[in-house]
Amino acid sequence: MAEGNPIFRIGTGAGFAADRLDAAVDLVQRGKLDVMVLECLGERTVAFAHRDRLANPRRGYNHLLDRRMRALLPVCRAAGTTIITNMGAANPRAAAARTHEIARDLGISGLRIACIQGDDVSGRLSTDHPFMDEPGTIAAIKHQIVGMNAYLGADAIIPALDAGADVVIGGRLADPSMYLAPLMRHFGWKNSEVAALAAGTLVGHLMECGMQITGGYFADPGIKDVPDLARCGYPIAEVSADGSAVITKLRETGGFVTEATVKEQLLYEVHDPTKYLTPDITADFSQVVIKDHGNDRVQVSNATGRARPEHLKVTVGFDAGVLAEAGVSYAGPSAAARGRLAADIIEARLKNTHGIKSDIRIDLIGASSLFATAGKVNTDSEDVRLHVATRTANREEAELLLWEVEALLCCGPAGGGGYRGVITPAIMTKSALIDRTLVHPTFEIFAT
Amino acid sequence: MTPTRRNERNRVRDIAHARAGDKGNTSNVNVWVYDAADFALLKRNLTVERIKREFPRLMRGSVTRYEVEHLHGLNFVMQDALEGGVNASLNLDSHGKSWSYLFLGLELEN
Repeated sequence: MAEGNPIFRIGTGAGFAADRLDAAVDLVQRGKLDVMVLECLGERTVAFAHRDRLANPRRGYNHLLDRRMRALLPVCRAAGTTIITNMGAANPRAAAARTHEIARDLGISGLRIACIQGDDVSGRLSTDHPFMDEPGTIAAIKHQIVGMNAYLGADAIIPALDAGADVVIGGRLADPSMYLAPLMRHFGWKNSEVAALAAGTLVGHLMECGMQITGGYFADPGIKDVPDLARCGYPIAEVSADGSAVITKLRETGGFVTEATVKEQLLYEVHDPTKYLTPDITADFSQVVIKDHGNDRVQVSNATGRARPEHLKVTVGFDAGVLAEAGVSYAGPSAAARGRLAADIIEARLKNTHGIKSDIRIDLIGASSLFATAGKVNTDSEDVRLHVATRTANREEAELLLWEVEALLCCGPAGGGGYRGVITPAIMTKSALIDRTLVHPTFEIFAT
Repeated sequence: MTPTRRNERNRVRDIAHARAGDKGNTSNVNVWVYDAADFALLKRNLTVERIKREFPRLMRGSVTRYEVEHLHGLNFVMQDALEGGVNASLNLDSHGKSWSYLFLGLELEN
């Protein structure tokens, strides 16, 4: 942890809201990490968190925060590892307060928990503000807006680290910025050092999805076999002062790090490889050099970039009622034909008998579902599941959909079984841009 | 179902690997050949025109292909291709995580 240490070690301990925990504990215990990042926020999860916060002002943060903090605070304290996380989601202050309580419960004294706020820009975008990547303005949203969050960059995180934070909790902290911030601070990179910032952003981008670079989201039996995914290890970046890094993982964990896993993650959720926008930089990954040294050690270098964008991305979340989903299965001879008959019946019941106007999607899992719109149909399956879904502001319509699908057990084709139905809250999001001068991040420290 | 024999090269999956991601209602799929010698074959087979022709109902917006020559990969960016995006789509896979296998499932034509 000493300043000027030639290699800075950052690990990922969560790459999304529901990511595994045991491998994170193992990584802290054996990884000799300076920093562990827990990336737990997506476009969807921030919107759902707002809904939780509106229902209870003490919630609205990651639903696994208690579990993660109870497991990680003691081992991070023992290892001298700083935690940086966006688990605060729609309520970073409540998340920090809860973490403070947990630390006290665990008897951890002298812990400094920083809460970063300022990403909530609700009320700062006017109704005539345009969307980022589609026609229309905020006024086009006919539902109740539940939250607006601007992506905060490394400049929002560094002051909290300067104040000696052991745990940094924010809301919409941009994923790569959580990695770039401690690197900038450790190596003393300035905002003008574009090459270093690009290199640190590349590290963050590769690491932010956790096991997606150590063999997760990769295996394809027979052609891309990955060892022991049940015990897959989280990644470690060993970063040098120029920002070049070796991506690796702990020995005696499952998964692997190879040129191929790094390539797939390099352009994951990237559009133009020469123009990857973050709050910190316009990064260019098009000339990145990947060198596989074997033994789960892959070196990455040569990211470049240009000045950061003048605007920050904002996720606007709004209440879209509920999502209703229900299904019944058919198997054996003529299963697909019986499933299609069930689909015809349910369509007639919902649209004609009940006059439901909301979009209804009817899939036949096993014959045509994920790729239905792409035009793919497998007609010879003997094990199919009717799946019916709608999104509606009208709860009664949602309940009716479940009722009608369940009714197929007696009123539908022969041999239907395995009915399940579920109604879940639906949140929708749109993106907009905000002038960064209108966003003012702050931090406060909770100490035990 | 006709199993692919190991050395046959019938589909894109036999020469390349891929990963799909989403941002809003935009999907991207990156595709990488295992063997650099196959990159020209991949580029001939996975063209913007082919993708639009194969999946006309899904590819409602623009399709752009970026090439990363030195790593032998292509990155396809498809706007308005996620049936409304992760929060709005009624597709079971509202992220389009499976779109990588739409590409890998295409036959090698030439």
